[in-house]
Amino acid sequence: MIEIRKIWHYLTRYMDSFLLIGILTLMAVGLIVLYSATGANMSRVNNQIINMLVALVIMWLVANIPLQQIMRLALPMYILGIVLLIGVALFGEINNGARRWLNIGVTRIQPSELMKIAIPLMMAWYFDKHEITLRLKDYLGATVLLMLPVLLILRQPDLGTALLIAASGFYVLFLAGLSWRIIAGLAITVAASLPVFWSIMHDYQRRRIMTLLDPSQDPLGAGYHTIQSSIAIGSGGVIGKGWQNGTQAQLDFLPEQSTDFIFAVFSEEFGLIGNTILLFLYLVVIARCMVITANASTQFTRLIAGSITLTFFTYIFVNMGMVSGILPIVGVPLPLISYGGTSMVTMLLGFGILMSIQTHPKLVKT
Amino acid sequence: MKRHVELRNHPVELHKFRFRLAVSACFVLVLFLILYVRFYYLQVSQQEHYHTLAEANRISISPLVPNRGLIYDRNGRALAQNYSAYTLEVIPSKIQNLESTLDELATIIEITATDRQRFKKLLKESKRFNSLPIRSRLTDVEIATFAANRYRFPGIEIKARVLRQYPEKEVVSHIIGYISRINDQDLEQLERNEELNNYRGSQHIGKIGIEQSYEKQLHGVTGFEEVETDAAGRSIRVLSRTPSIPGNNLILSIDLGLQEAAEKAFGDRRGALVALDPNNGEVLAFVSKPGYDNNLFIGGIDQENWNLLNNSIDRPLNNRALRGVYPPGSTFKPFMALAALELGKRTPEYSMSDPGYFSLPGVERRYRDWKPGGHGRVDLHKSLVVSCDTYYYSLANDLGIDNIHSFIGQFGLGKKTGIDVEGEVSGLLPSSAWKMSQYKQKWYAGDTISVAIGQGYNLATPLQLAFATMVIANNGKAYLPRLVKQIQNSDTGDVEDIPEKLLYSLNLKPRNLEIVKNALVDVTRPGGTAAKAAINASYTFAGKTGTSQVIGIKQGERYNEKSINERHRDHAMFIAYAPADNPKIALAVLVENTGTGGSTAAPIARQVFDYYLLGKSPEATVAKLNEPAEEPVHDHL
Repeated sequence: MIEIRKIWHYLTRYMDSFLLIGILTLMAVGLIVLYSATGANMSRVNNQIINMLVALVIMWLVANIPLQQIMRLALPMYILGIVLLIGVALFGEINNGARRWLNIGVTRIQPSELMKIAIPLMMAWYFDKHEITLRLKDYLGATVLLMLPVLLILRQPDLGTALLIAASGFYVLFLAGLSWRIIAGLAITVAASLPVFWSIMHDYQRRRIMTLLDPSQDPLGAGYHTIQSSIAIGSGGVIGKGWQNGTQAQLDFLPEQSTDFIFAVFSEEFGLIGNTILLFLYLVVIARCMVITANASTQFTRLIAGSITLTFFTYIFVNMGMVSGILPIVGVPLPLISYGGTSMVTMLLGFGILMSIQTHPKLVKT
Repeated sequence: MKRHVELRNHPVELHKFRFRLAVSACFVLVLFLILYVRFYYLQVSQQEHYHTLAEANRISISPLVPNRGLIYDRNGRALAQNYSAYTLEVIPSKIQNLESTLDELATIIEITATDRQRFKKLLKESKRFNSLPIRSRLTDVEIATFAANRYRFPGIEIKARVLRQYPEKEVVSHIIGYISRINDQDLEQLERNEELNNYRGSQHIGKIGIEQSYEKQLHGVTGFEEVETDAAGRSIRVLSRTPSIPGNNLILSIDLGLQEAAEKAFGDRRGALVALDPNNGEVLAFVSKPGYDNNLFIGGIDQENWNLLNNSIDRPLNNRALRGVYPPGSTFKPFMALAALELGKRTPEYSMSDPGYFSLPGVERRYRDWKPGGHGRVDLHKSLVVSCDTYYYSLANDLGIDNIHSFIGQFGLGKKTGIDVEGEVSGLLPSSAWKMSQYKQKWYAGDTISVAIGQGYNLATPLQLAFATMVIANNGKAYLPRLVKQIQNSDTGDVEDIPEKLLYSLNLKPRNLEIVKNALVDVTRPGGTAAKAAINASYTFAGKTGTSQVIGIKQGERYNEKSINERHRDHAMFIAYAPADNPKIALAVLVENTGTGGSTAAPIARQVFDYYLLGKSPEATVAKLNEPAEEPVHDHL
């Protein structure tokens, strides 16, 4: 009996139970939707369960590492990420017109995925180093650190990932106290440079944005995704069509319905009530993450926690926004619910860091 | 575990950070609210709209094509039937490079050059999003091969189709006609008739013959199915179903055995034969030689076969029985004789001396009899038996063209009979009014002379001649000629008879009829022009030979069969009915470019009678066909 208790203690020592329950609940919802979205395909569901277990193990491992150790990894990870991204640019495999994957002999990897964690780590580490003398040039340095990988990913091209990584870096800048004036200036600059962006965008990217403005222009081409997912959500109504009864999903009108568009399946089958519950669940997890962030004891941990939290939110917002037709279509999965191992691992890695921050002994204030 | 780390937290900074975090939290809440508003808009405000779109997405109405009615002969032998087969169909609009795709397809499934040609022709005539067959009657092996390679051929599919087949091909092609793919004109026609809905999903429509004229009966009523479909257009399940009603079966009055006998009797000669039942107008045989394989047209004919048929000098696509117009020649004489008696221009006893020619008073031109030197004394009876021309030259002059026109018109010459297939032509029975309106010329007495012996402006179809013969055979009753005898409901099997239709009854004096009919019987007896064809017949039959002139022969020249291009030789004609005392069959025979009626046309009639009345097959009498001409070569004007 004592043995079991010991093991339990050992297993849960660095777990944040509140956050864990939130995560597990969302995962359960994800499996239920996935079962329906794949047309009752148990093997896909089993695969996803394995993905989740792997991710949970990784989360547990990370949660057990004290942040000081993780902090040491920031610079090497960042440098490795940059090297790999350059490698992609030079030797990457072209897939669907984009160069995103790097074959490293044993397996193919997508270095931009690594950057999703490396960037907040690196920037948080950077601000931690310069904590006492934070001046404008420090923010500029951080911006350079951020823009280097963002530009590399942008030219793969992978607009979605680039924007998400840029966002995660920007959150660090913001939380580190970037002055409001600069933020306002940045916003103006971004707005002003939109035409420039437009001109350097790839055709398919432009089409996505045009399509967002008027999906009916190209109902069978680029507009198809948006139209079909809007139909799925809208036809779900308040109470939804019921589990496994979504015609849009079950009859394959929805594109990529187990990955990026899984929210449309959920929304069609569970309606506005389901959406309310799902948003609430996400909100609970985000709220817990913010509490952890607020209680973090060092600049590094605060920044990393805040960035992870807001990035998690950004994934949710961008995914739901694109599926419901208010954002252009970028390849962003719905965290903890979309099918796929990579994003699951990335997400839980982040939560592992949050748990580590929360559960390891904090530095005492003087 | 405890480590001392330099403490860098300042309360001010922490406060600043927490403020920033609170701003972030607000940011999160605001954006979530935006999402929620969007969900509310989609799922509450616009729910109905999107619900409709989702339903429209998943439900498609697909037509259920009815099975086309079958066609049988009067004894239940199949003339048009259906079979199920798998066809390989191509939707051109879904294929980028059609040529290379077909080449690739040909590597796994046999596609002959003919298939390819046919498909090309079809492609030209069809819309690009139509599904066009490239191969039909796929074997099981071919189906399996294609199924395994299907992913390589988007836009190409195997379809289960009910296809039409005409087992008798050439023998009945001019009766049955054919169905073929619906083209733009057909669609316009259907739209005008407000029948387009009933043709959703139908690929074929009757183009000619019975298939065309009985299209409404044969096609049936299209049913509909509400099907739930997935995004790829595949049917998932049926939501509701209105079954199609198959087309009605047709039972023709045609006796296929008789038709075959007639075909056989013709051998490879060109011509036509129409046999009617004089008691009700039923068409017993309807031959136009040569026929064609009507199966070729069903899926769209290939260019090569089309050229072969369309450019053939034998003109196999020409329905001679229905649309071929020929001078009736001497087969016109019985009607002239009846006119003479009925209108009181001749008595049976009247006789004249035939010097071998006739001249109009005060005109030098001579209208020659076919027999140089003439027939001696000729009365009405003899004029028919030996087919004396001179007798009719003088008779015509006495009758005048307008009497001829109005009297003989009563036998159906010069107008359509109204048979139940489309495309019939009316021939020509001239009159002075006709000539005036057509040529703005007055009618000359000389014009009448050639009309008297069925030449000149005179033109008739074999069907019209058969019709006229029927009217004589049954003493003046004109029945509507009908190819379809019964209509059968293919669901219940109930058979509905189409009643005979008496168009009118001529009020002819029995005595006059008897005189003419007796003479027609004697035509087939020794001394008559068709005597040879009637040798050893166990029944009596009545008939009249004729020769239909193809080219004019100048005054003073004589017609010499041997020296004339085969295609310019005269056509042989024969009208007849049997048995003479109680006619069961009346017919007209035309044999193109073979000279006189007695030698080639009458023997064909004999074989048809033998088959119909005695059940004898043509082989038994075929030997007689090649014997020399009985009726002497006709003299031309």
